[in-house]
Amino acid sequence: MASTTSSIMDTLFQRTLEDLIKGLRLQLIGESAFISKALDEIRREIKSTDPHTKSNALQKLSYLSSLHHFDMSWAAFHVVEVMSSSRFSHKKIGYHAASLSFSDSTPVLLLITNQLRKDLTCPNNEFEVSLALECLSRIATTDLCRDLTPEIFTLLSSTKIFVRKKAIALVLRVFEKYPDAVKVCFKRLVENLDSTDPHIVSAVVGVFCELTSYDPKSYLPLAPEFYRILVDSKNNWVLIKMLKIFAKLVLLDSRLAKRVVEPVCEHMRRTGAKSLMFECVRTVVSSLSEYEQAVKLAVVKIRELLLDDDPNLKYLGLNALSIVAPKHLWAVLENKEVVIKWLSDEDPNIKRESLRLVMAMVSENNVVEICRVLVNYALKSDPEFCNEILGSILSTCSRNLYEIVNDFDWYVSLLGEMSRILHCQQGDEIENQLIDISMRVRDVRPELVRVGRDLLIDPALLSNHFLYRILSAAAWVSGEYVEFSRNPFELIEALLQPRTNLLPPSIRAIYIQSVFKVLIFCLHSYLLQRESTTSSYPDTSALSELASKREMPEGSNLATFKAPSHSEQDEVFNPRVSNQSSEELFVGNGGDRTMSHGQTSTPVTSENSFTYEAVVNQLNLIELALGPLTGSHDVEILERVRNLLCFIELIKGEILESLVQKEENLNSAETKSSKIIKLMSDAFSEELGPVSVSAQERVPIPEGLVLKENLNDLEMICGDIQLPSSISFSLVSTHYEEGVGASLLDLQIKEELEPPSEATSLLAEHRKRHGLYYLTSEKNDIVANDYPPANDPKLQDNQNNDTEDLVKLTEQLLVSKKRPNQAKPRPVVVKLDGDVVPVSAKRPGPKDDLLSGAVQEVLLGSDTRTSTSRSNLSDKSSSKRKGKEKLITDPSSELNENLGDAEKLDHENPSSRRSKHRTHGKERRHKSPRKIREEREENGQKEKKKSSHHHARHKTRQRAEVPLNVVSETPVIPDFLL
Amino acid sequence: MGIRFILMVNKQGQTRLAQYYEYLTLEERRALEGEIVRKCLARNEQQCSFVEHRNYKIVYRRYASLFFLVGVDNDENELAILEFIHLLVETMDRHFGNVCELDIMFHLEKAHFMLEEMVMNGCIVETSKTNILQPIQLMEKSS
Repeated sequence: MASTTSSIMDTLFQRTLEDLIKGLRLQLIGESAFISKALDEIRREIKSTDPHTKSNALQKLSYLSSLHHFDMSWAAFHVVEVMSSSRFSHKKIGYHAASLSFSDSTPVLLLITNQLRKDLTCPNNEFEVSLALECLSRIATTDLCRDLTPEIFTLLSSTKIFVRKKAIALVLRVFEKYPDAVKVCFKRLVENLDSTDPHIVSAVVGVFCELTSYDPKSYLPLAPEFYRILVDSKNNWVLIKMLKIFAKLVLLDSRLAKRVVEPVCEHMRRTGAKSLMFECVRTVVSSLSEYEQAVKLAVVKIRELLLDDDPNLKYLGLNALSIVAPKHLWAVLENKEVVIKWLSDEDPNIKRESLRLVMAMVSENNVVEICRVLVNYALKSDPEFCNEILGSILSTCSRNLYEIVNDFDWYVSLLGEMSRILHCQQGDEIENQLIDISMRVRDVRPELVRVGRDLLIDPALLSNHFLYRILSAAAWVSGEYVEFSRNPFELIEALLQPRTNLLPPSIRAIYIQSVFKVLIFCLHSYLLQRESTTSSYPDTSALSELASKREMPEGSNLATFKAPSHSEQDEVFNPRVSNQSSEELFVGNGGDRTMSHGQTSTPVTSENSFTYEAVVNQLNLIELALGPLTGSHDVEILERVRNLLCFIELIKGEILESLVQKEENLNSAETKSSKIIKLMSDAFSEELGPVSVSAQERVPIPEGLVLKENLNDLEMICGDIQLPSSISFSLVSTHYEEGVGASLLDLQIKEELEPPSEATSLLAEHRKRHGLYYLTSEKNDIVANDYPPANDPKLQDNQNNDTEDLVKLTEQLLVSKKRPNQAKPRPVVVKLDGDVVPVSAKRPGPKDDLLSGAVQEVLLGSDTRTSTSRSNLSDKSSSKRKGKEKLITDPSSELNENLGDAEKLDHENPSSRRSKHRTHGKERRHKSPRKIREEREENGQKEKKKSSHHHARHKTRQRAEVPLNVVSETPVIPDFLL
Repeated sequence: MGIRFILMVNKQGQTRLAQYYEYLTLEERRALEGEIVRKCLARNEQQCSFVEHRNYKIVYRRYASLFFLVGVDNDENELAILEFIHLLVETMDRHFGNVCELDIMFHLEKAHFMLEEMVMNGCIVETSKTNILQPIQLMEKSS
């Protein structure tokens, strides 16, 4: 009694959806409070026995769920109740709620099968049928599809267009969920392609468009029907879908492409609708790109789009251009100016498309210019786009082992320049490339060291954490290839500058290790220098003598070199000097710090760079800067600092002593420390080379080593340890014995040859690099099996020969200030067999093998199992349907009549054509069945002409149950394109 | 599935209509709508109407205070979808007479009904305004 009263009250005073919305808008008590109150009401009302109250509550709930994301799964049973209401308005609310909230896992789905069946077969209300169809198209599960296939099949030939088109659209979901339905419904679906009603055709074409996009192969036999629609249809929606279908199909069969290209171009020329025109363009550029005329026409249209003011058309134009770019680069080049212009468009999407295209244009001939332009754009752009530009430069230039880069000096300095761009966040990539290049390309190392030095020496960069990885690479390069450095002392100072304490420990450890390497180099050079001084005593060392000889021919220029040298040095030290005060603050007892500082600040002339004072200063500096780090908590830093400091401890005494000895007893230089230094130097000058990815596999597994032991327990212990980012380099054994000393000497000579002004020093580096370290091409082959040997003896020879040519070369260089690009051969880039160029990703298989299998079965009409299951099903529904089941046999003849003008093709060898066919299809094994079937056609027993067909095509119809002997036939795709 | 979802969102980013053609959980819907609103509403009139999002693209168009956003597969024809949006707006205009946000708010079920006539299972099945509106008019007459 009480419940009845309350339900009456509910009905009388129930808030309608409109009230709810109004209340929400007023928000007297706040949205969430209001909604929770409303939900409480709904929970009560929905249990009401009055259908009106119930459906009203459900409607409100659907509203809140749809727009405010409130859960309504709890009301699933009430949804079913409302669905089964006899009033259409209630039913509609129920169905809407179901399609909104039901998922595959909703339990009550089992309860609605019968309700849906009842509504699908409702004889006099097509709107109820349509409700059920719509709902099914959203919630149908495999079970529902299986159970309702007969009803849907019937609806596929409904006389009510309104219902039939929806049934057709639903079929897509049915096929997806329950592929067996193909056997029942597919033919009727195909028949609908011939319908005279444009709505039906539109719906069927939509379904086929989707089906084709999953698995084009299976629908190739339908090409004649599709072709007819493509030519005849006047509906742009349909044509667009048709073009999408053909874009997929023509990729499978070149003869189809030949036939389709003309109608597509015709549509492109004729249509006034931009959407259809664009679809034609896209079809041509993506699938018909071998047809020159068509592509030309498409490019003309693309240009129209590009020049349009509408940003949408602009975007699509760029989009189409980027599809055409890989095969027809000329199309992009033709529109180069426009494309670059849109690089500064205000729409980031357009900018991005345009960037993509610009990158597509890059080749080894224009990479320098394009990168220059792009870097300028990057400087002006917002951070996001700036990084997109930088990222695409990096990825394009590094593609295929720097395929397009000829001038690595340029590229390396570009990397340096990019690092300095304010918004640059490409640290990781630049780091990888710097190290990768340093190992692969010998000739670029001097330039790399110079770039690295410029980065290291700038204290401002240390505050940008995006650059840390780059700095780490720069530090590593500087340490590893310190022999190319013009001023190693400067490097040590840069690596030890106080602001390095901003770096994360891992990178700081690299800095310290680099200091170690540089120091060893300095000491070693110092020792060598001292030895040579003793041998050819009178003041000038052998080195400087050599150097001056080298400089002789340029004697006239010498004076001019001197002057800029100072200014350059000043410039170099400026950042440090400006930083001096802070350094002093940092180093508490700044006393001897300033002293050392002052001394190193005096330009280290190249001639006597490794003076005793300088070396001692460096030792002091290192001790001073690293001393505090002996208490570091980071194990990497601690270890490296200890190494370095202990080493200094070890040698310092003797170095200091040697000052005293210097005058008298220089011959006995073979002290303990110099031996150590030599040893260390040898160790460090061992070259690191790139390692092939597959190198590990070649190492035989030692006996007794268990590799596959379960180490899961380890994760408990070291789960929080992060693996270091993999940089593939390692120590390799090389022929360094051939004379590190000699090479060092050479290098030093070269260093001294270097005129110190900026421009000329660049030239000198060109000169120095020219041909010196070329790996011969045959060596590349060796590299495939082995690591690149460092300091190859052959190379050493080259080096010596070439140093003699250096003078001549310099002269040439001075004459022609800028060498033309072509004159410079591309340096050798070390390749390993592991550097596999990524193969284009495997094409994904058909989305639903089951579905495509079923479709092929039906289209090829050869499966008896099909016919039995079909007859089973047809028993359930109307019997007259049986007769209508038809197999599409030999559509080739159809097309013959249809298109008429295919005689040319007939002259081709049919067997070759068919074999070509077979490669496309999956299940074609046999070519005889066609004949058999043709014979049967001649018998004419089951043959009917489909007279109503306006194209006078004939299709043979065969009763499903008749051809038992067809069982022997293997499926074949008929050669419908004859 | 050509069309994945249709959203109508006002300038403030409130969803006014949401129609999905693939099942997403409430959480997924909420996240998706949030992301799309952030991405699209920030764009201005001079920018193009296509936005790439996750593995599909969004074609949108603004009418007065309301954004119509349609999520489609990547190979869908963008201009056709723009035409579709326009057709939808024209249809609603014909029915409501100078349609505005409030019409859609208070007659959400009718808006859904129109959409259901136009799109089924992600495919556009009806493009004639008269045909789209016929069932609604019949229903209004009968009630």
